[in-house]
Amino acid sequence: MNAPLLQARDLVKRFPVRHGLTRRLAGQVRAVDGVSVRVDAGETLGLVGESGCGKSTVARLLTRLIEPTSGTVSVSGRELTTLDGRLMRPVRRDLQMIFQDPYSSLNPRHTVRQILTAPYRYQGLTPDEPVEELLERVGLRPEHAARYPHEFSGGQAQRIGIARALALRPRLVVCDEPVSALDVSVQAQILNLLKDLQQEYGLAYVFIAHDLGAVRQISTRVAVMYLGTVVETADRDTLYGRAAHPYTHALLSAVPLPDPDAERARERIVLRGDLPSPLAPPSGCPFRTRCPRAADRCAAERPLLRTIASGHEVACHYPEGRT
Amino acid sequence: MTLLTVRDLTVDFAGGVRAVDGLDLDLAAGAVLGVVGESGSGKSVTSLAVMGLLPDARVTGEVRFDGRRLTGLDGRSLRRLRGDRIAMIFQDPLSCLNPYYPVGFQIAEAYRAHRRAGRREGHRVAVRMLDRVGIPEPERRARAYPHEFSGGMRQRVMIAMALCLEPDLLIADEPTTALDVTVQAQILELLRELREMSGTAVMLITHDMGVVAGLADEVVVMYGGRAVERGPVREVFYRPRDTYTKGLLACVPRVDGPLPDRLPTLSAREVTA
Ligand SMILES: Nc1ncnc2c1ncn2[C@@H]1O[C@H](COP(=O)(O)OP(=O)(O)O)[C@@H](O)[C@H]1O
Ligand SMILES: Nc1ncnc2c1ncn2[C@@H]1O[C@H](COP(=O)(O)OP(=O)(O)O)[C@@H](O)[C@H]1O
Ligand code: SF4
Ligand SMILES: [Mg+2]
Ligand SMILES: [Mg+2]
Repeated sequence: MNAPLLQARDLVKRFPVRHGLTRRLAGQVRAVDGVSVRVDAGETLGLVGESGCGKSTVARLLTRLIEPTSGTVSVSGRELTTLDGRLMRPVRRDLQMIFQDPYSSLNPRHTVRQILTAPYRYQGLTPDEPVEELLERVGLRPEHAARYPHEFSGGQAQRIGIARALALRPRLVVCDEPVSALDVSVQAQILNLLKDLQQEYGLAYVFIAHDLGAVRQISTRVAVMYLGTVVETADRDTLYGRAAHPYTHALLSAVPLPDPDAERARERIVLRGDLPSPLAPPSGCPFRTRCPRAADRCAAERPLLRTIASGHEVACHYPEGRT
Repeated sequence: MTLLTVRDLTVDFAGGVRAVDGLDLDLAAGAVLGVVGESGSGKSVTSLAVMGLLPDARVTGEVRFDGRRLTGLDGRSLRRLRGDRIAMIFQDPLSCLNPYYPVGFQIAEAYRAHRRAGRREGHRVAVRMLDRVGIPEPERRARAYPHEFSGGMRQRVMIAMALCLEPDLLIADEPTTALDVTVQAQILELLRELREMSGTAVMLITHDMGVVAGLADEVVVMYGGRAVERGPVREVFYRPRDTYTKGLLACVPRVDGPLPDRLPTLSAREVTA
């Protein structure tokens, strides 16, 4: 069997937290606390969770914008942490990223043409596709090449970000909240575009969002994160139809449905309290302070991800539907 | 009984920007009116115009509150109405809270600004309100400062302050937009409970069709400063007549129901009104 396109094992990232004038070390944020994910060629792994759960940190670890505290990332079986700069360059080509805020990720003093040819210059390559064609692929017009980022609407600017990510024909694009800042009608267009491009180029995506609807629309598999860990992974239909982790249930039941009768009739799980601080996560299960099913064992013993059905992994001592 | 009537409201900013263009609204006492639309459609400007908070814009048309004409009312009378009978909460509670005073003190002062009450009574009201909006240990938390609260708890504080004078109308402009989905669910639950208990009418402004579906009695869909559709919530969601409303409903990616391969999209050209 071929090695997966991307495989991350036990990724950990801690950030030092400093306080006061002396910048004294006050502790460490466990931003990512043992995350393993795999992505196969051509598929979309959705990564969902509330703000601060570590999604962007995972994205930056996967694309090696930052180094992990521990853990490994391999692309097609080659471990990135062992590659030096020269060997890293072709791998970088394969891994690209799209960001939430299209404006701040595009150089405001560069024209669209300069932005879209920069990846080639960096790689020491000549473009294999004219900028005009690339623009048309993402739904923009050839004459847009001469314009500057601020001349575009949010949705159009995100299309430029997508074009830049695709310029080098990567195999995997990590999309960090690419539609979160957009109005729903524009969001729908960008989701459709990402799907079309996936077909056309045989791309794989890691699609990060806090919007569970958007994640369902585009993903083939989904991983749910909470406080720096993955608490459940399953194929899309299993996750949205037969979620086993109490947090996944709570998340799904919290999404307001655009359907008055359904929305008013449904049974809602309203979680108590707020997210614990990642500076001092709870003992045992990270979700236990808000979990409606929590029992003594949950405080004593951290549940590990285990397979409960083919392709369905859950980190919970008492998963739903299995008592 | 109609509490708020807006007729032919038009708001022009310098430079020729018409943010609201001939808008009519009706809100019955104790009811929830959902005002929904994408960004820039004029929702926030509408709410500010209703409150008389747009000194630099040209506002025409008529706003009536409880039979009284608000448009053209002098600043002092407007200020007396605001807070007392009309209250407002926003997406970002920090912009309305003073960082240097404990939240309990701020609620007490808001109360005392409109009621003949001493410090001690103000404090009692603040603690009672914090308790009512679900802040644990309200007596202790009343002495905490805004930065010591999480985003969700801060929005509860804002709601406590807005409701301490038992207003007839609460204008809530994207009250849950900045919150995570599980915290949003808590705040929506709170608004639902408060509404049943207090009888305060709510003008609920949001871009989220789901939020409107769960709370509103009547809905107005806005586009380009105009109402393109209005009606009872079930009418608007199950039998929308306007193309823009139909598109807006169809392009929301959902967590339930059938999964389309591609999402329907809508372009500005499809807007009818
Ligand atoms: N550079 C950094 N320094 C310190 N803390 C950080 C840094 N980056 C992220 N964090 C913290 O790590 C946690 C995870 O952040 P992030 O990955 O951005 O979450 P998400 O993208 O899911 O919102 C948060 O508590 C955040 O405050
Ligand atoms: N102070 C202002 N000066 C000029 N234009 C404004 C001002 N405030 C809002 N606008 C414009 O009015 C329109 C409606 O804005 P707004 O009511 O904030 O939209 P919404 O709340 O629906 O997102 C937008 O085009 C916006 O740019
Ligand atoms: S392990 Fe316990 S606390 Fe954690 S999710 Fe499962 S039931 Fe809840
Ligand atoms: Mg993030
Ligand atoms: Mg607004």
